[in-house]
Amino acid sequence: MTVTASDQPVRITHGFDFTKLVLYGFALALCLLIVLPMSWLVYYGFVDKSGAFTLQNFITLANDPTLREPFVTTFILAFSTSLICCAVAAPMGWLVARTDMPFRRTVRLMVTASFVTPPFLGAIAWELLAAPNSGLLNKVYRMMTGAESDAVLFNIYSFPGLIFVIACYTFPYVFVLVANALDRTPGELEDASSILGGGTWVTARRITIPLALPALLAGALVAFLQAMTLFGSPAILALPAGFHTMTTKIWSLFQYPPKPELAAAASLPLLILTIMLLRAEHMILGRRSYAVLGGKNSAPRLIVLGRLRWLALAFCFIVLLNPVFLPYGALLNASFSKVASQFVSFSNFTFHNIYFVFFELSATRLALYNTFVLGIATATIGTIVAVVISYLTTREAVTGHKALGFLATAPVAIPGIVLGVGLFLSYTRPPFVLYGTLWILLLAFLTLAMPAAYQQMQSAFKAIHPELEDASRILGATRLRALREITAPLLRTSVIATWCFVFVGTIRELSAAIMLFTSETKVISVLIFDLNESGDLAAISVLGIIMLIVTSCIVALANRLRSGGGNVRLRDN
Amino acid sequence: MQSTTLSRRDVLKGSTALAIGTVFAEPVKAAPPPAEAVTPALVEAAKKEGKCVFYTAMDLQFAEKLGKDFEARYPGINVRVERSGAERVFTRIGQEYSSNVRAVDVVNTSDQSHCIAWKKSGWLAQYLPEEVVKNYDAAYFDAEGFEVVTRVLVSPFGINTDLVKMADAPKSFADLLDPKWAGKMVKAHPAYSGTIMNSTFQVARELGWEYFEKLAKQRVMQVQSATDTPKKLALGERAIMIDGAGYLVIRDKEVGKPVDVIYPAEGTPIATSPSVVFKAAPNPNAARLFFSWMHGREGQQILIDYARQYSAHKQAVEKPGVKKLGEFKLMKEDPEGVERDAELIKQKYAQIFKV
Repeated sequence: MTVTASDQPVRITHGFDFTKLVLYGFALALCLLIVLPMSWLVYYGFVDKSGAFTLQNFITLANDPTLREPFVTTFILAFSTSLICCAVAAPMGWLVARTDMPFRRTVRLMVTASFVTPPFLGAIAWELLAAPNSGLLNKVYRMMTGAESDAVLFNIYSFPGLIFVIACYTFPYVFVLVANALDRTPGELEDASSILGGGTWVTARRITIPLALPALLAGALVAFLQAMTLFGSPAILALPAGFHTMTTKIWSLFQYPPKPELAAAASLPLLILTIMLLRAEHMILGRRSYAVLGGKNSAPRLIVLGRLRWLALAFCFIVLLNPVFLPYGALLNASFSKVASQFVSFSNFTFHNIYFVFFELSATRLALYNTFVLGIATATIGTIVAVVISYLTTREAVTGHKALGFLATAPVAIPGIVLGVGLFLSYTRPPFVLYGTLWILLLAFLTLAMPAAYQQMQSAFKAIHPELEDASRILGATRLRALREITAPLLRTSVIATWCFVFVGTIRELSAAIMLFTSETKVISVLIFDLNESGDLAAISVLGIIMLIVTSCIVALANRLRSGGGNVRLRDN
Repeated sequence: MQSTTLSRRDVLKGSTALAIGTVFAEPVKAAPPPAEAVTPALVEAAKKEGKCVFYTAMDLQFAEKLGKDFEARYPGINVRVERSGAERVFTRIGQEYSSNVRAVDVVNTSDQSHCIAWKKSGWLAQYLPEEVVKNYDAAYFDAEGFEVVTRVLVSPFGINTDLVKMADAPKSFADLLDPKWAGKMVKAHPAYSGTIMNSTFQVARELGWEYFEKLAKQRVMQVQSATDTPKKLALGERAIMIDGAGYLVIRDKEVGKPVDVIYPAEGTPIATSPSVVFKAAPNPNAARLFFSWMHGREGQQILIDYARQYSAHKQAVEKPGVKKLGEFKLMKEDPEGVERDAELIKQKYAQIFKV
């Protein structure tokens, strides 16, 4: 760069380098976005109603069993979910990445489908399937075995039921990490093992598994985190069963009379635990680099399963029944059935549910409008911000770029519900009264989307060698012009993909939205949650199907555009 | 009061007259507003506003039907229904008003104690439609014009007759404690629903909190809305509904679903459901027009015919099939008590039922 400066001094004074300004502007905005709500959260946690310093909130938290029990419940929930996810996702990831199992691409696609299904929608679909008496699966079971009318095969309103449903929509996180790690494991290492006389299983045990283990551990932590911070599924399944998790408890503390101090105090442990787990994940994944030492790698050799491959496919199919096929079927069934818990037949087929949602339910239009406005705005702004920050950090354009990168990734540690509480406390008071506007939701969604968007754009930037930009700058362009005319066209597909994933992540967000919506700023996810509380399952099914269709289209679009990039981690939803 | 010869409205009077009297026994009374007719000027002004935001605790289908019928009667005015449990609506309005969000025009709550709180805060408009003054007994509207009783709700038991025969069904709150009903019952939540807030208050007063402690051991399925318990019943998800919107059970029975209502021997909890217009309503004229229409003959007839609820309108025609209020024993309503104890009720309930 100094060469550029000395070669063309006139240009430099003429074309002011805006990067510093941009850097500070973005740093300030990010700080405001993250630091403000978190400071209020901490402040509220440590004061009493009059604003004096106190530890009373934490003492109450520790002493009141109705507040303490959810902590224990959540811990067990997250731990069990994490174990199940690993047990299911690890073999699946291996089958897809390293064996000759048929339909591997389809299996990956279906995992993506469970990935982008909003977990709360899955939970509601599982109510339709496995409510102890009216659930479709239990009905089929009774029909087939002729069991008593109160015989129950599955009870989704139970602790195991909740763990199961959460695991359904959490295992893709583990799957993606494991499958990606195995995809990247160099074939030479395994070949070396074979040449030295190691059989298939010795190679697997000594080479493949140790190389994939860090990814699996990281996956376990991510699954733990997901299960711990999820709001929708426990609110839908745990409350009828008579227990709370952390997130539902925090939310219930906001019911009248609101206890923001207690909610803040209860949010802090969740926040701290999340940060610790992410540090752990970072440490584990950070060590993985040894796996890809040594120049160009050949593609890993696929293990021939022989006849077992159909068994393997059956295993994948049975797993995928739970997050995708069965729930989607149940929602589709309920959309066209007069009674949500009965199979569609000639006598109870109806279009009324669809008519009701579009022409009678007066909240639909506004919620759809809000959802799309927010989705588009978040995706657009989020992508732009991510592009700029990624540029500044990957090109190490200015001093302090590391801090900027850190700020952009930091929200990963903020569970949606905690951010919701923080934003509620920050923006219901002067100087920024944003509660009741779409802005507060935009802030929440932007904050939550930032880490994923940033990670994606950063890896896209890394793939483009800086010499192209340098050439442009040597020829006299400013940084911004080089960015616009050289880098931007090269980044187009990544930008569109990022936009799509932020959009999808935004329209399904529930846990922050539930804390921040007002009647004028309701979004589809909140509307679905409301309808679930009043038991209007048919309307939910129709809205849910619409959501799934929109989501699938966008994801399909993004996948078409992305040429062989890594998988994306949707997080914090 | 429970004599079978009394008409529906006489009993309504008996059970709610005191309530409204005490609700508004304030030391300094505002001057009663004049009864206001629906004038062409009001209709014009309402059409100019073009919409009305209606927060309500009534069942979604019914609320939307009210909205659509109003829109058909006054084309060009859109009713947006914001449905949730009464306690949620109360929380929502509290949050919105404390952040200076003035979104709500008209509210129908199923917890009369909310009106006490809103009136204390000075949030309510005084508005008495001519229709109400002419056709309602004084017991059903506030003389100062702060609230009008839109409907009266009862919270009986319900049963799914496929799962339990009427002869075997529980007839009293005491019967529900029989171990044979363990795991077979569904119940709504007082921190969500106004009807259930009132019924919890009344049952706790009559039978003591020990009753709920015993009930909680019966592995009760806990849903939120009083409009959800009848739905779970109709789906066959549970055999017995402990509390909830009786009118939905009756509606389901009338369309042939295998459900029935039981009025418990100790008395059926009752919740008067008033409506109010907010002073800072963003659409004040549309609000008044909708308020007037909803309490008029048309709105109230929909309430009776479609929603199967109790109306206080003298000209509204009863439709057979709903047991008259005088024909079964009611518990006594006490909105002041609910206003005083609401927080305690939620707290105790959460301790006992764990959610």
